[in-house]
Amino acid sequence: MPKVPGLIKGLGVTLNTLVRTTTQGANTVQYPHEKEAPPLRARGVIALREDNCTSCMLCARSCPDWCIYIEGHKELAPPRRAGGKPRQVNKLDRFDIDYALCMYCGICVEVCPFDALFWSPEYEYSEPRIADLLHDKDKLGEWMETVPEAPALEAGADKKGKK
Amino acid sequence: MNAALLAVDLPYWAQSLLRVLGGIVAVLLPAGTIVYVFLFKMMSFMQSRLGPMEAGPYGSLQLVAEVGKWLQKEDITPEKADRFIFKAAPLVVLVSTFLLVAVVPFGPDAWFTDFEAGVFYMLAVGSVSVLGILMAGWASANKYSLLGGLRAAGQLIAYELPMVLAVVGVIIQADSMNLQQIVFAQNAGSIFGWDGLGNPFLLTQFVGFVVFMIAIQAELTQAPFDMPIAESELVSGYMTEYSGFRFLTFFIAEFATAGVFALIASVLFLGGWGIPFAWFGWETLGDVDNWMNVVGPLIMVTKMMLLAFIIMWVRFSYPRFREDQLQRFAWKVLIPVALVNLMVTAILKVVF
Repeated sequence: MPKVPGLIKGLGVTLNTLVRTTTQGANTVQYPHEKEAPPLRARGVIALREDNCTSCMLCARSCPDWCIYIEGHKELAPPRRAGGKPRQVNKLDRFDIDYALCMYCGICVEVCPFDALFWSPEYEYSEPRIADLLHDKDKLGEWMETVPEAPALEAGADKKGKK
Repeated sequence: MNAALLAVDLPYWAQSLLRVLGGIVAVLLPAGTIVYVFLFKMMSFMQSRLGPMEAGPYGSLQLVAEVGKWLQKEDITPEKADRFIFKAAPLVVLVSTFLLVAVVPFGPDAWFTDFEAGVFYMLAVGSVSVLGILMAGWASANKYSLLGGLRAAGQLIAYELPMVLAVVGVIIQADSMNLQQIVFAQNAGSIFGWDGLGNPFLLTQFVGFVVFMIAIQAELTQAPFDMPIAESELVSGYMTEYSGFRFLTFFIAEFATAGVFALIASVLFLGGWGIPFAWFGWETLGDVDNWMNVVGPLIMVTKMMLLAFIIMWVRFSYPRFREDQLQRFAWKVLIPVALVNLMVTAILKVVF
């Protein structure tokens, strides 16, 4: 008998929610018809800025799932200054991320020393076939457009490299 | 329905066909309505979401889509299952639902059978579903299924008793086990000489009503009494090994039985199809106008929806009992309460 008030209160909670949902609408969103913008720094997908990548393989080696595939070759680039020696650069042939394996830990983004990988809040890239989730560097490059601007540095923060 | 049909002199086979069709409608229509209105929509709203919205307007055709999905699924029988019993079990459960609806009166002439011992029959065939559940649990050759089946058996037998005792109070008051007579006794009755409301047994047998509702909640294995299918402990209990159409049969039976028990509860406690007879000056069942055969079923459905709402509301609000709590609640609370109610009813019946 002492439990009866609690039981009635429990019924009240569900009834209140029922009334609130019918009068004020649900807390959920009818997804394909209406979309909520994800938070700016949401971990939706990993985008690649190809120019910054030196195919150093740090991301591929740090990936817990081994879902990043990188292939590259060395090339000679014209010298920076006239009369100089041609430079040796690493050209990226293949940079694939298998999103069927990726667990969105973000270690690759953290570990990249050259700012080539970024988090993008883009999330609508589902595929009917699991093999189609392996995205190449062109696709990863397209997602660069959705990457938000980096937040401004705090006042007084030192900008590295520029003196 | 029967008498009205006799008036137009249909042959026996046509009457039987109509009764079968009527029975199917009376079982499947409440089941479908309960699943859509309560299971799909009300539960979603109580969880602050909208539920199915895509199939048909406001998701009203969702159930059709679900049935289509189930029909396409492969019919799997476990290798070590007792095949015949495994396949018969869902049908036994469903048949008990169809047998139950046979005694429910929907109007002054709209009934399937006019049973003198209607309540007795109702209680008897209501427990046939336990057999089906036990068969399903045993024949699946699965430990979860067996545990679920045994839990169901223990639970259904424990809660059969308070249900019977609660109904006996109604029988004493109505002086009859015929469900039609119980409806008549409530609507033709009066409260201390005032007959504006009839005498629905909800008022005089309120304790019995509460005990009955709790007992049918357990009989229907709806939460908080859903240990037999406790999905977090037993996968899906006795339904674990069933797929496709056989699972659908269990599913229909679960909600059809909820509908039929709500109909029976409305007959026993809310006055069934009737409106207070004093409003139109009816004295006996024979006086009731013919239009009640049309309005009666509608009144029944309204009351059924009300009671089904309460059943589902409780289902969506409370967490599951523990097995020992469940048994203790039945034997130490419900049965004594029902017995006291029965005794008081019997004494008052003799006094007045």
